[in-house]
Amino acid sequence: MRVALMVTCINDALFPDVGKACVTLLRRLGVEVDFPDAQTCCGQPMVNTGYLDEAIAPLRSFVKAFEGYDAIVTPSGSCAGSARHQHGMVARRSGDPELVAAVERTAPRTYELSEFLVDVLGVTDVGACFPHRVTYHPTCHSLRMLGVGDRPTTLLRAVRGLDLVELPRAEECCGFGGTFAVKNSDTSVAMVSDKARHVRETGAEVLVAGDSSCLMNIGGALSRQQAGIRVMHLAEVLAQTATGGGQS
Amino acid sequence: MSARDEILDRVRAALGAVSTSSTTFGHPAGSSPDDVVALFAERVADYQATVVRCPPDELEAALRDALPAGRIVVPDALSVSVPHAVTDDRLTPFELDACAAVVTDCAVGIAETGTIVLDHGPGQGRRAITLVPDVHICIVRADQVVADVPDAMPRLAPAVRQGRPLTWISGPSATSDIELSRVEGVHGPRTLVVLLVG
Amino acid sequence: MTSTFVGMPKFPVAAREALANTQLRSNLAHATATIRDKRARVVAEVDNWEELRLSGAAIKDAALASLDQHLVRLEARLTAAGAEVRWARDADEACTIVAEVAQRHGIDEVVKVKSMVTQEIGLNEALQEQGISAWETDLAELIVQLGDDLPSHILVPAIHRNRAEILEIFQRRMQGLASPEELTDDPAVLAGAAREHLRQKFLTARMAVSGANFAVAETGTLVVVESEGNGRMCLTLPEVLVSVVGIEKVVPTWEDLDVFLRLLPRSSTGERMNPYTSTWTGVTPGDGPQEVVVVLLDNGRTRALADQVGRQALRCIRCSACLNSCPVYERVGGHAYGSVYPGPIGAILNPLLKGVGVDEQVDSLPYASSLCGACFEVCPVRIDIPSVLVDLRAQVVDAHRAKRWGGVPSMQTVAMKGAAATFRSGRRLRLAERFARLGTGIAARVGARAWTGSRDLPRAPRESFRAWWRRTDGGTR
Ligand code: SF4
Repeated sequence: MRVALMVTCINDALFPDVGKACVTLLRRLGVEVDFPDAQTCCGQPMVNTGYLDEAIAPLRSFVKAFEGYDAIVTPSGSCAGSARHQHGMVARRSGDPELVAAVERTAPRTYELSEFLVDVLGVTDVGACFPHRVTYHPTCHSLRMLGVGDRPTTLLRAVRGLDLVELPRAEECCGFGGTFAVKNSDTSVAMVSDKARHVRETGAEVLVAGDSSCLMNIGGALSRQQAGIRVMHLAEVLAQTATGGGQS
Repeated sequence: MSARDEILDRVRAALGAVSTSSTTFGHPAGSSPDDVVALFAERVADYQATVVRCPPDELEAALRDALPAGRIVVPDALSVSVPHAVTDDRLTPFELDACAAVVTDCAVGIAETGTIVLDHGPGQGRRAITLVPDVHICIVRADQVVADVPDAMPRLAPAVRQGRPLTWISGPSATSDIELSRVEGVHGPRTLVVLLVG
Repeated sequence: MTSTFVGMPKFPVAAREALANTQLRSNLAHATATIRDKRARVVAEVDNWEELRLSGAAIKDAALASLDQHLVRLEARLTAAGAEVRWARDADEACTIVAEVAQRHGIDEVVKVKSMVTQEIGLNEALQEQGISAWETDLAELIVQLGDDLPSHILVPAIHRNRAEILEIFQRRMQGLASPEELTDDPAVLAGAAREHLRQKFLTARMAVSGANFAVAETGTLVVVESEGNGRMCLTLPEVLVSVVGIEKVVPTWEDLDVFLRLLPRSSTGERMNPYTSTWTGVTPGDGPQEVVVVLLDNGRTRALADQVGRQALRCIRCSACLNSCPVYERVGGHAYGSVYPGPIGAILNPLLKGVGVDEQVDSLPYASSLCGACFEVCPVRIDIPSVLVDLRAQVVDAHRAKRWGGVPSMQTVAMKGAAATFRSGRRLRLAERFARLGTGIAARVGARAWTGSRDLPRAPRESFRAWWRRTDGGTR
């Protein structure tokens, strides 16, 4: 099986450790993973702001990078959602039948990390060890656009030493929402303050989620509040082993 | 162009190429409880209504117990006789307001939702009489109770197709308008008594 | 009484003000949490809820797909049942028709059943101008009307008020109470006061105005779903009844109603069934109003119908579940949306009814969402609100693109075009990352203060993932 890592633009530029953790984790599970260098961004920031024409160029680079792979794995519910549910619309907008056809091939092969682990590899215990008190925020797009359900928590529960505590009102949005966080920053801040408060209430040391964008938002608020709570991507936790060193 | 023709034209233009859908879709089944009548009694009571179950020969006694003091109004052709009651004969709203209670039959009871439906046929009267008096005593016979809404629709269809109005009643009048908590008793009857016969 | 939404600022501005109102925040948090829990409980009781949602959506879609035929049929049945059917292209026409009916009977006072559509057309204000008083009889509407306030929720227009505030409004404005000094903030007492206040009006009213939740084309039957009995009072006691009905309210057959009577109460008030549902078909001899007028209203609905993606918004049954589940609505409340239709449905319905590219306030609405999808999840007729929002954002951008042709592009457009150019290829992105630390660069460009006012930005890493992969050959060197 040819597997490509779609690292996402935000992980590429800001959270490279998340990408490295994916590589470590997948290799440990025997998956040879490629990083096609032509990839850029899934185009969601443009689509969700209303700039459909501007999403066509990134989509072309996406298709160029990922066509031919059996599976495209991404540590992001949001970007997987964009590939599966928005690329078709952008391709149709381009009026290019070849792009439409290419998207029909890439969209169904795109998996969010926990989906790939559980559904494709059939693994729920990835052999990780992380002896910490953790709470999990299900990001909106992984939860509602993709329907990843309990896959991430099933994976977390199998991690040695990990104490998973429930997050109150877990399914409520953190207020990120892409450009929403700046266009409607007051509302976004009101939402993230509540989310951060719920996280603090759990007494967890670490907040885990499957999207770096949401983690950047909640983590940014927790950090500003000097809450003493770290945020980590699901991939980073799953990459940890008893010998430590999650990263390659 | 008349407003009518213009709106219809706009609709047709908007629909454009949309083909008139001929897809059929089933109506999902309703619930199917084991004991429809018991569930009905339970669900009606959930709304803070009073439910009295009695065999047919005890109906009159049950009714006597349920009647408040004061003037009682009944519709034409009510299935039981109510001593000293006034039969509605185009009473004015004010006259109805002076009545303490109304006694009626009903068309259908729905167990799942605890609902009584009046089709305002014989024994049920015109709509105003079950609205203005503060107490509504409604006689429901066990064989009138169906499991869920989809079972009620065909039973009510003939009345609707004859142009008769319906009133669906689920508990006494209530509101959730203050902080979204339900409180009973606003404009409709504040007391609902269901006499469930059989 | 004359409060309107005209001249409201753009959503972010209005939201900022609302967010600062701590009383509003706490009232809304309490009320929406209560109703969300109630809804969740009664929806969980229904095994085949998802099937019901699919069925509800399909029935509405079918109704819309041959809307012209259904409307013609509805008109014919209503007419045969003794009703007078009138058509109104817009709000003004509808208001004029209602006023005319009152005037031909010399009526200067009408009682009203809560209806979204009469708020949409500004009926009370229009009647007022003709010297006709309109009395709202729904408790929440009464609270709004007595408080000279604006509605902020489609089911509970006074959701932004708590019991203490309601008591204060009643004490100040409510007339005809025998012993006003005995009022307390107990909801049962407040409801009792409303009963006393309106009783006389109901018993003497000569004309009522209603909307309708559904209109059955096959039988000419209108349906009103309510709780308090004020609806029944209005529909039954007066001599004249005028119902203003949006053309999208049509369902094809009587049997089709079944699905909606199962979906609506559970989604709306979180009850298995609402206290009262009334159905009537034109005039019933000897029972209820003997003059029945039905006004079929367009007012932008055909515009929405022409929108291939947005058309689904016309399936809406106004249950308000999307408002109650929306994290944005829960925090800012309804007024910030500047319309009688607030919340997620308002964020799509207003632009669909009014069109985009004309009014900044309307254009700001599709952006009033984090696209979290909670609304879609609860919508009983499966309106994919996030997808419609995204589509409307594209329409807003396209409308401005067309206008700004040759003009100065907005900051946002510059940022998006810049990002698109950077994302054109992996090579370009690598260069950009090397030079600009792209992520924080974009954040800084599109509004760093909006972010960093309350949130720290992550520290930019030493090298991007892409650079690491190149340098180490995928971590193997
Ligand atoms: S959009 Fe859906 S959830 Fe919102 S009010 Fe309409 S029917 Fe209810």
